[in-house]
Amino acid sequence: MNALAAVPSVRHTIMVEAPREHAFEVFTRGIDSWWFRDHSIGTEPLKEVVMEPREGGRVFERGIHGAECEWGRVLAWEPPSRLVVAWQIGGDWQFDPDLSHASEYEARFIAETPTRTRVEFEHRHFERHGESGRSIRDNVDKGWGKLLAAYADAAQAS
Amino acid sequence: MKTNLKIKLQALGDPTRMAIFERLERGPLAVGEIARGLPVTRSAVSQHLKILKDVGLVASQRAANRQIYRIDVDGVAGLRDYFDRFWQESLQAFKQAAEKSLKEKSR
Repeated sequence: MNALAAVPSVRHTIMVEAPREHAFEVFTRGIDSWWFRDHSIGTEPLKEVVMEPREGGRVFERGIHGAECEWGRVLAWEPPSRLVVAWQIGGDWQFDPDLSHASEYEARFIAETPTRTRVEFEHRHFERHGESGRSIRDNVDKGWGKLLAAYADAAQAS
Repeated sequence: MKTNLKIKLQALGDPTRMAIFERLERGPLAVGEIARGLPVTRSAVSQHLKILKDVGLVASQRAANRQIYRIDVDGVAGLRDYFDRFWQESLQAFKQAAEKSLKEKSR
């Protein structure tokens, strides 16, 4: 398989008038306090966004009736200096558990002064979503949906 | 590709944008041609086109003094542009939340 060409990272730097520990805390455990409510992929209206505060932790949204919809996974948990999260929602806006199809974002928290933090943010490896998007397209093109439906019918009948 | 883009468009959840997108599936068009037959004003169509461009579903180019719109076939680059805006806005919201909660804590 040909690797897709690398897509440039999204990079932003922002200055926060708060100590590094506080900035890290709000960015992670406090994610629900700043997440835009319309950035949601669940089937239910969004109730809250949760980041489990540890390496391997899940990042997910919870709907008003309790349904959980995963977005990603914590790859690096290094309070208060660094966070890396796998972004597992592809171009089709569906969760893909395969980490090789995930892009990732990193936030580095640098203390400019004891009360001011520079946050350097990077979201990278978008081309990995291209791989997943392509395989989904291929499957749809091949009519796998129909094939699976036929399989499900057969399994129920047997 | 089109299936993939349609799911993305459904996620945006607006029937007029879906109608505009479906017209463009048949080929590139100018705003006036897109608006013809749609129950919205031409300026509303322009607004919808701007949103579709912002999320990377539609691209435009100038030809013979007119802006021509077409479906953006480079979905991955579109995804990147979407996230560029998404994070720019989200990081601002994060900054405000962090500074506000700090003030409340120190009260």
